[in-house]
Amino acid sequence: MNLGSLAEALGGGALIGLAVALLLLINGRVAGISGILDGLVHAAEGEWGWRAMFVVGLVGGGFVARAVAPNAIGVIGGSLPTLAVAGVLVGLGTRLAGGCTSGHGVCGISRGSLRSIVATGTFMAVAAGVVFLVRHGAAQ
Amino acid sequence: MSPQGGIGSPETRRNVVALLAGALFSLGLSLAGMTHPAKVLAFLDVFGAWDPSLAFVMVGAIGVSAVAFRWAGRLQSPALGGRFSVLRASTAITPRLVVGAAIFGAGWGLSGLCPGPAVTSLASGQVAGLVFVVSMLGGMAMAPAPAAHEPSAGAVEGEGQAHARG
Repeated sequence: MNLGSLAEALGGGALIGLAVALLLLINGRVAGISGILDGLVHAAEGEWGWRAMFVVGLVGGGFVARAVAPNAIGVIGGSLPTLAVAGVLVGLGTRLAGGCTSGHGVCGISRGSLRSIVATGTFMAVAAGVVFLVRHGAAQ
Repeated sequence: MSPQGGIGSPETRRNVVALLAGALFSLGLSLAGMTHPAKVLAFLDVFGAWDPSLAFVMVGAIGVSAVAFRWAGRLQSPALGGRFSVLRASTAITPRLVVGAAIFGAGWGLSGLCPGPAVTSLASGQVAGLVFVVSMLGGMAMAPAPAAHEPSAGAVEGEGQAHARG
């Protein structure tokens, strides 16, 4: 870690916060990514359009980022079966928990929600544990 | 202004705001380095060559959005009308919440991808990203709806909106 990556992390975080503020103060909706995606999978009446537009913006922002900095999006490592399993775990887990890194980790903690603090502590601890097992476990 | 549909309608304006918010969100993720799974895994590798910089993403994001949530608390309604989706805070720590967070954490630790960066990565055209996102949507589809007494997976927890997906 150096000052540059620290400033980028803070600045990037502030942009994420700005996106949360826009959606909250203008539309009255919470920028929880897993909740928005789930609303597309289990479409609730009248709430499909803005969610689809948010996802389009999310991917569009990725294109813009890559146009500005070609390596803005890193290589996704791991075998396809591992990624498929990881994807199912992320989808299932975030819907059981009712939030992900954005919904609980950013929005929920910003509101001082105890549930979000517990959820964030749990998924961070388990993720760190899994990385430890994969990288430093006996099997390696 | 036309009441429903059309260019100046609240519906259209909300969609434009959502589009901009989504783009701003993924630009933030990209600037912060969250779109690099290797960097995310290095952040999670607390007992290895730990890269703590991503903790500052949360500091920056929470710092700005905490102000927005406080502000929203003083408003009657959002700028484009309607109601705020977050009505009240629940404090019930349920097994569903903790087990779900643990399952999510396992998937995050295996891949270095959480939902936002995963969707953003589709812009890079990697097959691996597409496989992850399709699997993630499948995992969402197989999640059972919350029981009636469970704090709504949508509204109260800061994901989705008031009528959530029940």
